[in-house]
Amino acid sequence: MIVAQRKPFAEIAEAAAGYRRVLVAGCGTCVAVCLTGGEKEAGILAAQLDIAAQLGEREQAFGVACVERQCDREFLDELAAQVAEHDAVLSLACGAGIQFLAERYPDTPVLAGVNTTFIGINNDVGVWGERCRSCRDCLLSVTGGVCPIALCPKGMLNGPCGGAEDGKCETDRERDCAWTLIYQRLENTGRLANLEPIITARNHQASLPGRQVHPAYERRYSAHE
Amino acid sequence: MGEKYEPKIAALICTYCTYTAADMAGSMRLQYPPNVRVVKLLCTGKVDVIYLLEIFKAGADAVMVSGCEIGDCHFLEGNLRAKERVAHAKTLLDEAGLGGGRLEMFHIGASDAPKWAQAVLTMTRRALELGPNPLGRSRPRPAAAQIVEEHRA
Repeated sequence: MIVAQRKPFAEIAEAAAGYRRVLVAGCGTCVAVCLTGGEKEAGILAAQLDIAAQLGEREQAFGVACVERQCDREFLDELAAQVAEHDAVLSLACGAGIQFLAERYPDTPVLAGVNTTFIGINNDVGVWGERCRSCRDCLLSVTGGVCPIALCPKGMLNGPCGGAEDGKCETDRERDCAWTLIYQRLENTGRLANLEPIITARNHQASLPGRQVHPAYERRYSAHE
Repeated sequence: MGEKYEPKIAALICTYCTYTAADMAGSMRLQYPPNVRVVKLLCTGKVDVIYLLEIFKAGADAVMVSGCEIGDCHFLEGNLRAKERVAHAKTLLDEAGLGGGRLEMFHIGASDAPKWAQAVLTMTRRALELGPNPLGRSRPRPAAAQIVEEHRA
């Protein structure tokens, strides 16, 4: 899932300070699971902003809303009435959701309440770890299900580098060396031969904005339609 | 205003421990300040950060959460969760400028009536030191229990 972190309160309060009626809009999917921007977190942030506004003697009111996903138009439509009643929307969705909300309601200022951090997994209650950089050229079949792009600080394609020691990374002795993990995983599954070919340089197309069409919908979105 | 400041303190307390202790404090005729409004919960694990913030928004001068002694929770870890949430809510109150000092977590066993009386005294003193909560002065101040009820709905 996409993991995000709430922005510092002072930054959020400053961004919202110029608007009288602010709608705090949560998103019920990824950011709700990582306890950053779901319905509950939207309510908490609105209460906190309300307290700060009252203490600062600012005439502000904060509404709360939450949709299933801010990255789907159908769900964003549900917000229309509430958006119309407010001067700005403070979105707690990931970067994609915030942008789509701003695109759907172009006449309303949309503010970001979170910093989107990574695509990751839930390690334990309240702890998440990065696993994917969405590089569009997945190597996981070759590298034993361990991603060298996301987990190696140098993003080495043919590792390990000379900095690995006792299975730990030179950037942080607490951090596992991704390439040591790759070697161990391949050894355990009898696939060490995977390491023999040199992995060639990456296609850096990923620096362009991505677009994806499901094969079943290709005809609908093809150039001829 | 000219009125004498009488702090209003909301106490969210667990029925299995602190509530029993408070009941016993009554039976024992222990004296403690009458500023506390008790909200009985089945477990302090039910306490959510949003309850705490909303109680302050409604104008409570201080809020105390009191659960079982560590290791004694009827539901094993509800009091531990409450402890973490109260600590988090204190941070949020600091950020918002109200100050986390108005909120405190206590652990009081069912047989420990004197500790309850002492805890109420501690929070009343603290609320007096911190002065009135500036929030909610201009609006009606519904009872904390009602706010908790509204959020449950």
